[in-house]
Amino acid sequence: MSLVADQAGFIARGRHLLRNVSIAITPGEVLAVLGPNGAGKSTLLRVLAGEYPAASGTIRQNGQDISQIAALTLAQTRAVMPQAASMTFPFAVRDVIALGRAPFRKNSTRQFDQKLVAHAIRLADIDHLSDRAYPALSGGEKQRVHLARALVQVWGMNDPETIGRVDHDHHDRACRDRFLLLDEPTSGLDVSHQHALLDVARREAHQNNVGVLMILHDFNQVTAYADRVAVLSAGEIVAQGPVSDIMEPGLLSSVFKSPIRAIDDPAGGFVLVSQGG
Amino acid sequence: MKPVKQMATSLRQFGLINRRVWAIALLLLVLVLVTVMSLGTGGAHIALGDVIVHIAHRIGIAGAGVDAFDGRILDTLRLPRILRAIVIGGGLGLAGAVMQSLFRNPIADPGIIGVSASAAFGAVAMIVSGHIILGSFYPTVGPYGVPVAAFAGAVVATAVIRILSRQDGQTDAAIMLLIGVAINAMAFAGVGVFTYMADDAQLRSLTFWQMGALAGNGPTDTPALIIMALGIAYLMTLGTPLNLFLLGEAEARHLGVEVEHLKRRATVATALVVGAAVAVSGIIGFVGLVAPHLVRLVTGPDNRYVLPASAICGAIMLTGADAVARIIVLPAELPIGLVTGIVGGPFFLGLLMREKKRRRL
Repeated sequence: MSLVADQAGFIARGRHLLRNVSIAITPGEVLAVLGPNGAGKSTLLRVLAGEYPAASGTIRQNGQDISQIAALTLAQTRAVMPQAASMTFPFAVRDVIALGRAPFRKNSTRQFDQKLVAHAIRLADIDHLSDRAYPALSGGEKQRVHLARALVQVWGMNDPETIGRVDHDHHDRACRDRFLLLDEPTSGLDVSHQHALLDVARREAHQNNVGVLMILHDFNQVTAYADRVAVLSAGEIVAQGPVSDIMEPGLLSSVFKSPIRAIDDPAGGFVLVSQGG
Repeated sequence: MKPVKQMATSLRQFGLINRRVWAIALLLLVLVLVTVMSLGTGGAHIALGDVIVHIAHRIGIAGAGVDAFDGRILDTLRLPRILRAIVIGGGLGLAGAVMQSLFRNPIADPGIIGVSASAAFGAVAMIVSGHIILGSFYPTVGPYGVPVAAFAGAVVATAVIRILSRQDGQTDAAIMLLIGVAINAMAFAGVGVFTYMADDAQLRSLTFWQMGALAGNGPTDTPALIIMALGIAYLMTLGTPLNLFLLGEAEARHLGVEVEHLKRRATVATALVVGAAVAVSGIIGFVGLVAPHLVRLVTGPDNRYVLPASAICGAIMLTGADAVARIIVLPAELPIGLVTGIVGGPFFLGLLMREKKRRRL
């Protein structure tokens, strides 16, 4: 079971922002979405999250049409990390993260919630910020808070510290498939936090069997952290498949209208470099 | 080191939870104190001891009560009035807290964005032209027509503000406030038009809308007060959804809130509460703005605590303001809207200055 867009289209103010987009997010896999500005990447993420209704085609999560699923049920199986969220009221960082536990407030305990929040705070490296007021943080710090909030949501009622060790057959029967959607998660982060975040996202997919979609701009991060990649241009998918097939200079150069070269990396493999002019 | 740090963290969280609960308990205690003191204040001074004896007598603890004259003042004049103050103050404080979360803006308030004025417009329209609109039904429905018209005014105003300030699913706070200001101006102009048309008898009851008064209209207030109590009970349950709403509408949806349902229900319930409050007591400004802000200084922004605490704080403010209004210009009394305006206006200015310093506006 997966999160699937089938021939999905979206129209805003008479403009086709998405046209016939078919894409699948599979549990246990990281799917990167790549594309120039205005290609419709964030719109696609919002349509997949059920925030925007698809104008044509369908979005199905675990086989069910997403528009028929109650918001609460959806929230228990899918978390979204937004690009930026403004909040005027001075919530403490810890409380903002704890809001990610709201979908489970009927069946979780305070102790379990606090345990997950503490774990997410460590993963997002915001221990030193946890008692600060959210509005006073910098952009990158806010992003890490939202990463932590999305993590405590996507973990659901599973314990993130033990789940990786549970054998997968048992785990698959024990819980519904879960999805994590990240909208340009690295845009405001410094290099070390970018890698920490991508590492966390990849671990969620490979160890906790979460289906991860992330919108990225850095080609080398895509090759290093994603399993599959979809390239979006002007609202349509121009290429999609395993990273090794898609991430080659010819295709990328034509989509991004900028010369991109692959250069051999002395440490092994190659790096993709774009040149100005 | 690690277990020590963890223990400190859990202790601090425990302490914080306690602090918020303590704050609410303390507010309740203050409300009781203010109520008792307010029962004793007024044209006829009644000693605090007598007030307590009388209450004890009424609930059956003490055998003998106070003398008949004082007892009658307490029962028929002050107690109903203070109960009105508690329900209306609580309703306004809570409505303010809910609106601030709903609009995701700390300076939203039923008075500022024109909801109260629109409710007053509805009520005034009914007072002045009700006998024309309702014809021969007026004598029977008349007293209830006013609260219904006030409620309708409040609902229409809130709906118009919400619809007009939305664009592509987002609510722009600055545009919302400006639309509210425009609606406020139009509603007051409407009130002015009807005031101009009113005859002498109507004029007397109209002045009361302009300034607010807790004297009430006797038993015809009961439906409005019951509606308010129900609205208050419903709004109290919205703490967690409104917390999620503060993250943004899209984020609230991602976290499982049926956003459109929540907005519609919260809007109607707030309009019910504000409309009923205006129907009973006219426009009382600033309680809805000030109470939640005072409360947040102590409890922080978590709506699970802010909502009940704002209601209690609003009740305290209005009960206290009412006591002041009754004694400050003896033997007459000051309209309570003037008291809240005199205290609330400077507070609002201070708030703006504080927000300016934090560059949040």
